[in-house]
Amino acid sequence: MAVSSTLLGRTLARGSGALGLGLVAIHILLALFAPLLVPYDPLTIDGAMMFDPPGAAHWLGTDELGRDILTRTLLGGRQAMLVTAVATPVAVAWGGLLGIWLGLAGGRIDAVLMRLVDAVLSLPWILKMLLIIVTFGAAAQVLTVTLAFFYGVPVIRVARAAAHGVVARDFIAAARARGHGTGAIVLREVLPNVRDALMVEGAMRWSWMLLAFSSLSFLGFGVAPPTPDWGLMIADSRNSMAIAPWSALAPILALSTLITGINLAADALAKAAGLDRAQNVVH
Amino acid sequence: MLRILVTRLALGVTTVALVSLLIFAAVEALPGDACVAVLQRDAVGVRLENCRRDLGLDRPAVARYLDWAQGALHGDLGRSAGSNAPIAPMLAVRLRNTMLLAGCALAVGVPLALLLGILAALRRERAPDIIASLAGIIGMTVPEFVSATVLIYVFSIWLGWVPGIVMADSAAPLAAFFPGIVLPVVVLTMVMTAHIMRTVRSSVIDVLASDHVQMARLKGVPEHRVILVHVLPSALLPAINVVALTVAWLLGGVVVVEKVFNYPGLGRFLVDSITERDLPVVQAIALLLGSVYVGVNLAADLLTLLLNPRLRSRQSGA
Repeated sequence: MAVSSTLLGRTLARGSGALGLGLVAIHILLALFAPLLVPYDPLTIDGAMMFDPPGAAHWLGTDELGRDILTRTLLGGRQAMLVTAVATPVAVAWGGLLGIWLGLAGGRIDAVLMRLVDAVLSLPWILKMLLIIVTFGAAAQVLTVTLAFFYGVPVIRVARAAAHGVVARDFIAAARARGHGTGAIVLREVLPNVRDALMVEGAMRWSWMLLAFSSLSFLGFGVAPPTPDWGLMIADSRNSMAIAPWSALAPILALSTLITGINLAADALAKAAGLDRAQNVVH
Repeated sequence: MLRILVTRLALGVTTVALVSLLIFAAVEALPGDACVAVLQRDAVGVRLENCRRDLGLDRPAVARYLDWAQGALHGDLGRSAGSNAPIAPMLAVRLRNTMLLAGCALAVGVPLALLLGILAALRRERAPDIIASLAGIIGMTVPEFVSATVLIYVFSIWLGWVPGIVMADSAAPLAAFFPGIVLPVVVLTMVMTAHIMRTVRSSVIDVLASDHVQMARLKGVPEHRVILVHVLPSALLPAINVVALTVAWLLGGVVVVEKVFNYPGLGRFLVDSITERDLPVVQAIALLLGSVYVGVNLAADLLTLLLNPRLRSRQSGA
C-alpha cells in the first residue's frame, strides 16, 4: 500500500514500467561490475582466433581481430552510460531552472531567450555536436559538456510550459505577497510542482543522449578505437557481416535493450505521474 | 486572423535571422577559416594574407555577415572552400535527393501511421493496440543505424532482394536511386510511423471521450459515422504538427541513415563538409536546414489554425 502510493511504486505497478526499469537496472549493474565479470582482456588481439563463431571458449564469438565479443559487449556501454549519466542531470537542472525562471519572469528577457532557444532547436543535433567535436575533439569530458548543453536547451521549453501551468495559482501569489523573491519561488513553490514533468523529460533526454552518443561512435566521431563501444562495434561488424553475422548481434541487443528500457520506464513514469507524453516528438 | 498570420510570419523570420547569426558566429569562432582549409600547410605569411584579401576575409565580421546574408537572400550562398564551385547548385541537387528520400518515407509512413494510430485507439488496451504500441516503442527507440544494419543483413546479404547501399552519385537521375532507396526508406518509415502513430492514437482517444462524440452516440448516430464525421476531423489536427516536425527531421536529421546507405543527400553532405572544414558549405546547409525547420513548423501552425475554428476564435479573441 505504502509502496504503490509513491511515483516509483506506481511506475513499477505497470508491466512496461517494471520491464523498463528492470532492463535499465541490469544495464547499470553490468556496467558497474563488468570489469570483474569479463572473461578476457578487451584489447588483446589474437590472429589465430579471427571470426571464431560462438562456442565454449568464446560464448559470443570473436571479432575481426580475434577479440572476445562478450567481453567487449559487457564493457562497451560504460563510456556511453557514464557520459550520459553525468550529462542528463546537468541538462535537466540548468534547462529546468532557467525554463521555470523564464516562465515566472516573462517580459522581454523571456521573449529574447525563447527566440534564441527556437533558433538553436531549429538546427539538427548532429551539426551542433560535430562543430564542437571537430574543434575540441571527442574526449569524454567534451562530449559530456556538449551533450549537457545542447540537450538542456529543449528542457527550457518544457520547464517553461510546465511553470506557466503553475504561475497563476494562488500559492504563487501568496509567496509573492509574503515578499519572496523570484529565486525562492522557483525553488520552493514551482519546482516541486513541475518535478514529475522534469523527471520524465530527463528520462527521455537520457535515451536521446545515448542515441546521439552511439550514433557519433558509429559514424566514427565518438569513442576512438580500440576502446570497446557498442556504436563502434556495430560499425566494425558491418564490414564482416557476410562472414561473421554474430559479431553485430551482441552490441545491437545491448544498445537496443538499454534505450528501449529507458523509454518503457519513461512512458510508465509519465502515465504514473498523469502526464501526457504523446506530444513528445522527433528530436 | 490576419494579425495572427503576420505575427507568426514575423516570429518565423526573426528565428531564421537568429539562426543565420548563430551559425555565422559559431563558424567564426572555429579556429581556421576557408583559406586555412584551402591552403592547408601553405597557410602562412603572404599567401595566407593574399588569399584572405581575395576572399574578403580580412574585412570585419559584421560586414562579411551582412554580405553573406544579403547574398543568401538572393540565392547566392557563396563558393565552396574545397572545390571553389558555387554552393547553391551543389546544395540544390542534394536537397533534391533528400527530398526524394523524405517524399518516399512520407508517402509510406503517414498513411500507415494514421491507420495504425486510429486502429490502436479504437481497439484500446486490446491486441491491436498493444501490438501497435509495442512496435511503436521499438520503432522509436531502436537506433537508426541498428535497424539499418539488421535490415541490410537480412534483405541484402541473406536474402539478396535489394542492394544494401546506393551506388548512384549525387547528380544521377532520380530513377538511378531505385531500388537502393528501398532500405533507407524502410528505416526512416519505421521511426516516423511510430512517432505519428502515438500522437494520432492519444488524440483519437481524447476526442472519443469528448462531449460532442458522446452526444452523437446518444442521438443514435451509427458508429462508423461517429468515427468518420465526429472524431477524425478534430482528432487528426494534432497530427499536423507532428508530421511537420517529421518533415523537418527527414530533411535535416537523417545523417546517420544517409551515411549508412551511402545516400548522396543533404545529411551526408553536411557531415562531409564538416570533416573537410568546408565552412562556407556548412554555413549554407545550416541556414537551409534552419529555414526549412522554421518554415515547415510555421506552415503546420497556420494549417492547424485554419482547420480548427475553435482555436482560431479563441486566439483572435485574446
